[in-house]
Amino acid sequence: MISLEKRPMPSRTLSMATPIIAVIITMIAGGLLFVVLGKNPFEAIRTIFWDPLLGEYAFYYRPQLLVKAAPLVLIAIGLSLGFKAGIWNIGAEGQYIIGALCGAGVGLAFYPTESILIFPAMILAGALGGWAWAMIPALLKVKFGTNEILVSLMLVYVAEQLLASMSLGLLKNPEGMGFPGSRNLNDYPSANSWINEAAGLHWGMAFAFIAVIFAYVLLNRHILGFNIRLTGEAPRAARFSGVNPTRLILFCLGTSGALAGLAGLFEVSGPSGQVSIDFNIGYGFTAIIVAFLGRLHPVGILLAGLLMALTYIGGEIAQGNLGLPSAAIQVFQGMLLFFLLALDLLTNFRIRFAARGTA
Amino acid sequence: MTAKLLSISGLTKAYPGVVANDNVSFDIGESEVHALLGENGAGKSTLVKMIYGLVKPDSGTMTWKGQPFTPAEPKAARAAGVAMVFQHFSLFDALKVSENVALGMENPPPMGDLARRIRRVSETYGLPLDPNRVVGDLSAGERQRVEIIRCLLQDPKLLIMDEPTSVLTPQEVEILFKTLNKLKAEGTSILYISHKLEEIRTLCDHATILRLGKNVGECVPAETSAREMAELMVGDTLQTPTRTTDKTGEVVLDVSGLSLEPSNPFGTRLKNIHFTVRAGEILGLGGVAGNGQDELLAALSGETLTWKDAIKVNGKEVANLGPNARRRMGILAAPEERLGHAAAPDMSLTENALLTGAIREKLTAKGFVNWSATTTFAEKVIKAFDVRTPGPHVAARALSGGNLQKFVIGREVLQRPEVLIVNQPTWGVDAAAAAAIRQALLDLAAQGAAIVVISQDLDELMEISDRFGALNEGRLSDIRPAAGLTIDEIGLMMGGAHGMEVAHVGEDA
Amino acid sequence: MDLSAINPVLLVASLMVAATPLLLAAVGELVVEKAGVLNLGVEGMMIVGAISGFAISVETGSPLVGLVAAMIGGAVLSLLFAFLTQVALANQVASGLALTLFGLGLSALMGQSYVGIKPPAMARLDIPVLSDLPVIGPILFSHDPVLYIGIALTAGVWALLKYSRAGLILRAVGESHDAAHALGYNVIRVRVLAIMFGGACAGLGGAYISLIRVPQWTEGMTAGIGWIALALVVFASWKPWRVLLGAYLFGGINVLQLNLQAAGIAIPVEYLAMSPYLITILVLVIMSADKSRAPASLGRTFHASQ
Repeated sequence: MISLEKRPMPSRTLSMATPIIAVIITMIAGGLLFVVLGKNPFEAIRTIFWDPLLGEYAFYYRPQLLVKAAPLVLIAIGLSLGFKAGIWNIGAEGQYIIGALCGAGVGLAFYPTESILIFPAMILAGALGGWAWAMIPALLKVKFGTNEILVSLMLVYVAEQLLASMSLGLLKNPEGMGFPGSRNLNDYPSANSWINEAAGLHWGMAFAFIAVIFAYVLLNRHILGFNIRLTGEAPRAARFSGVNPTRLILFCLGTSGALAGLAGLFEVSGPSGQVSIDFNIGYGFTAIIVAFLGRLHPVGILLAGLLMALTYIGGEIAQGNLGLPSAAIQVFQGMLLFFLLALDLLTNFRIRFAARGTA
Repeated sequence: MTAKLLSISGLTKAYPGVVANDNVSFDIGESEVHALLGENGAGKSTLVKMIYGLVKPDSGTMTWKGQPFTPAEPKAARAAGVAMVFQHFSLFDALKVSENVALGMENPPPMGDLARRIRRVSETYGLPLDPNRVVGDLSAGERQRVEIIRCLLQDPKLLIMDEPTSVLTPQEVEILFKTLNKLKAEGTSILYISHKLEEIRTLCDHATILRLGKNVGECVPAETSAREMAELMVGDTLQTPTRTTDKTGEVVLDVSGLSLEPSNPFGTRLKNIHFTVRAGEILGLGGVAGNGQDELLAALSGETLTWKDAIKVNGKEVANLGPNARRRMGILAAPEERLGHAAAPDMSLTENALLTGAIREKLTAKGFVNWSATTTFAEKVIKAFDVRTPGPHVAARALSGGNLQKFVIGREVLQRPEVLIVNQPTWGVDAAAAAAIRQALLDLAAQGAAIVVISQDLDELMEISDRFGALNEGRLSDIRPAAGLTIDEIGLMMGGAHGMEVAHVGEDA
Repeated sequence: MDLSAINPVLLVASLMVAATPLLLAAVGELVVEKAGVLNLGVEGMMIVGAISGFAISVETGSPLVGLVAAMIGGAVLSLLFAFLTQVALANQVASGLALTLFGLGLSALMGQSYVGIKPPAMARLDIPVLSDLPVIGPILFSHDPVLYIGIALTAGVWALLKYSRAGLILRAVGESHDAAHALGYNVIRVRVLAIMFGGACAGLGGAYISLIRVPQWTEGMTAGIGWIALALVVFASWKPWRVLLGAYLFGGINVLQLNLQAAGIAIPVEYLAMSPYLITILVLVIMSADKSRAPASLGRTFHASQ
C-alpha cells in the first residue's frame, strides 16, 4: 500500500536535489532510447554530455555553450517571473521572433551608415518589439479575461507568418540575388551583437547575466518579487494583501516579452546573422523546460540553461558522429521535463510504502 | 433503550503526528438520537468518516445489527443503511437539486420519478424544495435540505448529521428538530454531532463525549447540566473573557448605503447596508453562512471597491481605496479562510507577516524588504499571541488551525488598528485559543479601536458584542444593543425560518 | 485573381474535412475538461496520433488498423499526463506543456523514415443514389467514414453527459472533486479514464490529418490545430454541439483562406495563413466574457487527504 502524505513544509534539500535526480534518470531513459535507435548508449551519452566540455575538440565547443545558453537563460528568466505568479506566457517564441524583426529592422533601416548609436537603438527596438507582442495577451487578459496561454501561443504562429513575410519581402536583402533572407548583420559592424566573435562572446550573454542578477534581487529582496510569489501561491491572499492583479499581469508578461525580444535581437544580429524564414530554432519553447528545470530560481535557470545548451551542442555532435537523429535530442529534453515534474512530488509529499499501521 | 443498532468498540485511527481516534467505544440503539460531543479537533469527523466508509480504522471493530461492519467505501455503508448529512463538501453548485440527490443514491430512479419523490418527501417532512433548481442558487438552509432529502430517500437506519445547526437560524433549528423527532418516531436512529450543549440537551437521548480523540465520558443529556458536559468536553474550566471598560467614543466607521454586485455567479449581492461603529465598540454581525459575510468583509477590507462615500472612516471616504491605502489609515481586516486568504499556506510565518504588515510596520524601504525587521515582527506576533510553532521560518500550513488563527488575528491586532474587521475569528479553533482571541478583541476595543466581528457563532457574538445585527440575503437588520436580546429576537433578525414549515407529524410518510 | 475558381459545393465539402480533426480533438478535450482536468497536451497527442496512425497503416497496408493505432498512441501518451497530474500531483499546465513538447519530439523521431511516403488510401463511404444527388450528394453523402464518426461522437458525448449516470458522475467530479470524493466516487479513476478518452480522440484527429486530409507525413504537421481545439472548447462553453459548430466555422475559415491563396487574391499568402490563428484569438476574446460554464474544479489538483 503506497500512500502520499503531505509534508508540513516543502523540503528544501529535495527541491535542489530533484533536478539533479531528474537529469540522471533522463540519462538512463535516454540511454535506453539510444539502444532502441541502435546506438551505443554509453558512447551517445558521452558524446552529448562529455565531449563538448572536456573532449578533444572541447575548445571549439565551449564558447558555443554560452552562445546557446544566453538566449535560453534570457527567455527563461522572464518566463519564470510569470510562471511563479501563475501567469503562463508560452508564446516566448513569438516574442523572440518579433524582437528579432524589430531589432534587425531598425539596424537594416540605417544600412550602411555606421554609428555607435545604431546597436543601442536596435536593442531598444528588440525589447520593445517583444514587449509589445506580449502586451497583446496581457491586455486581452486584463480587459476581457482571455486565456493568456492560448493567445500567446496563437501569436507564435502569427509571428512565424510575419517572419516569413518579412524575410521574403520588406527585409529581404536587395543584393541577395533573389534568395530569401535579409542582409547579414555580421557584415555590418554597427549592427551586430558580437563583443568578440572569435571568443564567442556577444552582448546577449552580458544581458543574460544581468537578467539573472536582476531577477534574483527582485524575487528575494523586493516587495514586487514577494507579490509575484504570493500571487502564484495564494491568489486570494495576494488580493487581500493589496496586490493589484492587473499591474502584475502587465509586468510579468511585459518583462518576459521584452527579455524574449532581446534574446531574438541578439541572436539575429550575432550567431544567426540574418532574418530568414527559419532563423528561430525553438529557443522560446525550450526555455520553458529551462525555467522549470531551474525550479524558477534565477541561479537554477542559469545552470539549467547551460545544461540545455550542452544537450543542443552534444546533440549536434552526436548527429554528426553517430548519426543520432536531431529529434532524439528533442525527445530527450521532453523526458527531462517529465521526470522533473514527476519528481516534484517528493518535495511536497512523503511517500509511505508501509502497510496499514500506526504512524 | 431498545436493541443495539451499531456498536463501536476500540476504534483507533492515527494520522502522521496526531491520533485522531484513540480506542473509542460506544453503542447506538435503535430509534435513538445519540450525540457525539466534542471540541474542534476532538476527532468527531474522523469517527463518522469511519462509520461512513470514507476512512478505514487502524484497529477496532464495528458491529451493525449484530453483524461485523467494515464498509470499504461509502457505497457499502449506504447499502447497509447509513446516510450522512455533511457539514461541508458534498453538494455540486452547478448541478440541479435532483442531480445532486441522484449522485447520493445507489440506484436512482429516472429523473422524472426522482423529482416526484423529492417533492413528496420534502412535503412530508416540511422541507420544501424544488428539484429543478440549481444548488448554487440556494441558501445555506436550503442546501442542507437537499442533503437531508438525499438521505431520507434511501430509507436510512442511521442518519449521521455533522453540525447541522451551524447553517440555520434558531427558528429553522426548531423545525429541524421536529423533523428529526418524527424520523426517530418512525424508527430511524440519529448520530448527532455538535459542540452546542443546549441543542444536545433538547434533542438527544444519549451523548458520547470525545476529547483529543479519546472517549472521555457518556451521559444522558437531559439529566446532565450543560456545565458538566462542557467541562468533560474541554477538560478544564475555561475563563470567560472579561471586559475592562464600557466607554465608547466618537463614530469611527460609518457605512451608509453600501450595495455591491457579487463577483462570482453564486455570490450574494449586498443590498443597501447601513451601520456605524464607535471607538471602543464591538459590533457583532450574525447570520447564516452565505448571506453576504464574505462580500461585506471584502468591501470593508478594500478587496472590492465601490462608490467612495459608501464607507467613511473618521469622516474620510474610503470605499474606493485598496487594502494598502486603507491600512495606512488604520483599517485592518482578517478574513474567514485562514489558508489561502488570510495567509499563504506554503509561505513562512515571516513572509505571512509581510503580507499585511508591510505598510504599518514599515517593513519595506523604496520597495526593498527589510527581512530582519519582518522576522522580528513575526516573532513579536508569535510571542504576544502564544502561537505554538518552532519559529517564524515555519510554513503557515504546518500550524494547527487554532495557532494559525492566533497568528492571523495577532498580526492585525499588533498593528494598532483604528478599525478592525474580522470574519469568523474562532471558526474551527479549540476552546482555549478561541477564548484568547476573544479576549484580544475585547482588549483592543478597550484601547479605543472600533471593531466589527462577523460570526456565525451566536454565543460568541453575545459574549463580546456591544451591539448586534444580522445579515440575511445581503441585507443587514437593524442594529440593537446586544444585552438583553432573546434567542427568538435574534432568530427573527437573521431572517426567521426562511419559508420552512413544521414537519407534518402524524401524516403518513 | 480568379474567385470564380472557388466552387461553393466543394468548399462546403472540404470544410467538413478540414473541421474533422479539430472536432475530434476538441470533443475529447471537452470530456477531459468536464472531468475537471485541463490537458494542454492536445497538440502533442495529435501529432503522436498522426505518426502512429501513419506508420502503422503504411506497415500494415490498412488505414483502419492505422486509425486504431493512432487512438492507442494518443491514449498511451495521455497516460503519461494522467500519471503526472493524477498520481504525482504535478501542475496541469506544466504537465500539458511537457506532453506537447515531448510529443512533438517523439513524433519527429518516429516519423524519420516515413517522410515522403504515400499512405494507403481510405475508402470513401459512397452511398449509392444519395451521393449522386446534386449539391447535397458531395456535401453530405460522399465522405470518409471518420468524418461521420466525428459527428456521431459529438452526439454520443452530448447524450452521455446529459442523460447517463456516467455523464452525471463525470460532471460531478469536474464540479467539485471534494464532494464527489465524500460521496464515495473514485475521482482519480474517473479522471484517468477521461484523460485517456481525450488522448484517443486527439490521436484519431491527428491520424485524420496524416492519413486522410493531407495525406502524407511531415514534421509538426498538426500546426497548432491541437491548440485551436483547446480554444474551441472555451468557445463552445463546454457544450458538444457548439464544439461541432465551432469546428465547422474554423474549418470554413481555413478552407476559405486556402482557396483564396489558390485563387491568387491580392493579399499575401502569409497574411491569409495567419488568419485562423487571429480569428481564434478574436473568438477567445468574445467568449471569455462568460466564464460561468467552466467546470468549477477545472485545473485544480485533487489529493484525498485524511
